[in-house]
Amino acid sequence: MPRQLITLTVNGREREVAVEPHWTLLETVRDALQLTGPKEGCGTGDCGACTMVVDGRIVTSCLMLAPQANGRDVTTIEGLQSNGSLDPVQQAFIDAGGLQCGFCIPGMIVAARNLLNDNPSPTLDQIREGLAGNLCRCTGYTKIFEAVELAAERIRGSA
Amino acid sequence: MRTFEYRTPETIDEAISLLKEAGGSARPLAGGTDLVVQMKERATRFPYPETIVSLDRVAELRTIDFSDSDGLRIGSGATMSDVATHPAIQERYTALAEGAGVVGSLQTMNMATIGGNVCNAAPSADSAPPLLVYEAEAVIAGPNGRRSLPIAELFRGPGETALESGELLAELRLPVPPAGTGAVYERNTPRKQMDIAVVGVGVSLTLSGDTIGRARVALGAVAPTPRRAQAAEAALEGQPANDETFAKAAEAAATDDCSPITDIRASAEYRRHLVKVMTARLLAQAANRAKGTS
Ligand SMILES: Cc1cc2nc3c(=O)[nH]c(=O)nc-3n(C[C@H](O)[C@H](O)[C@H](O)COP(=O)(O)OP(=O)(O)OC[C@H]3O[C@@H](n4cnc5c(N)ncnc54)[C@H](O)[C@@H]3O)c2cc1C
Ligand code: FES
Ligand code: FES
Repeated sequence: MPRQLITLTVNGREREVAVEPHWTLLETVRDALQLTGPKEGCGTGDCGACTMVVDGRIVTSCLMLAPQANGRDVTTIEGLQSNGSLDPVQQAFIDAGGLQCGFCIPGMIVAARNLLNDNPSPTLDQIREGLAGNLCRCTGYTKIFEAVELAAERIRGSA
Repeated sequence: MRTFEYRTPETIDEAISLLKEAGGSARPLAGGTDLVVQMKERATRFPYPETIVSLDRVAELRTIDFSDSDGLRIGSGATMSDVATHPAIQERYTALAEGAGVVGSLQTMNMATIGGNVCNAAPSADSAPPLLVYEAEAVIAGPNGRRSLPIAELFRGPGETALESGELLAELRLPVPPAGTGAVYERNTPRKQMDIAVVGVGVSLTLSGDTIGRARVALGAVAPTPRRAQAAEAALEGQPANDETFAKAAEAAATDDCSPITDIRASAEYRRHLVKVMTARLLAQAANRAKGTS
């Protein structure tokens, strides 16, 4: 199949990529654009390791075909920092020890950031629900939820 | 995934002609949360598509409108997030907001469409029991124009619908629920989120005073298709809205309205038990909601 050109904005920068229609957005971002933060855990929408923001909503990028992302605005974990300083959610995961192997974290933090954008003061249950699509096989989640609570506190404090 | 040709129509008519042009080897794509998984796993119920006709740029499929005169119109391309958060649906079609609001994770709901849920035709589809209790009409667009079908007639078997190859589900139309109606959808799953229904139950009760005027009950994951529970409905209509009536209707639903199978999620016996327990409980809840609105 001939490649087709798609144009998308990734982390604020416009990118043009020649894709095969069966590539996923995840493969396009990782392999063609060399942004390897987002991970492929399951490839079937169940684990959330591939979570990205597309036009303001989080999606599992392993199930989105590359041409479906044509013209869209995409944010990956790499796009959260600004001018070299980490996003408060990223910093809170480090400070609270909200990670072990780290494989789930790029998706987890993107989903957590999305949750806090929508709801700056989530309850523990709302955090659990907001992150239900992100599996972690290491931490048991407790420290992850603490990290999100810490991030929420800091974001509210600085607002 | 094996490759395919990818087309992006911008109107329903264009989509129909692209499907026609490509013949039986083309498949419409909506959110991809069923189709892309099935293609990756080579588990489609149809030959692997040679052409994918993506509906994501067909703006007219995405809209949801409500009016007191015409009721609710949901484009097949509306996502589960769109449906679950729509103010008119939250207010007047509570069971549908509840069904759409449990589909996978937020990520899933942001991609998954209601049309894809219906057309994938899983017996466990969470939008199906709500659509059945609200008596949705499916508006189907095809090469010969439009036709419409009650949603109950659209489901033909696991993964099978009444759509002919080359036809699209364009929209779902739901009449305005009569005054004094309360409705609810709930499913049973071992995990709270990110799981498939062991049993799904939707109910809608319209009360006049303490008497049940109209009852609609629908069941998911206990038959080859999502289905109405007519024996339960007959045991409800004209009866007083009390626990005794609800228990009889629940018994009827479990005995006469389902044919569950045993699989990895649950045994047939346990599914019947769930139908009984959940139906009785949800009828009481729907009656409370009905009293709140009447
Ligand atoms: C992680 C995960 C969790 C899930 N959890 C649930 C759950 O809890 N409950 C549940 O019910 N489902 C669940 N699903 C299944 C799936 O998300 C839903 O069935 C979803 O609504 C499918 O919609 P879609 O837009 O993604 O459809 P697609 O995958 O794009 O399409 C599904 C099928 O419908 C056809 N189709 C799509 N649109 C049309 C149309 N307009 N006209 C004709 N044919 C059409 C396609 O050709 C395909 O065969 C889950 C899936 C995943 C990946
Ligand atoms: S890799 Fe996408 S959800 Fe697991
Ligand atoms: S830290 Fe290892 S999977 Fe979450």
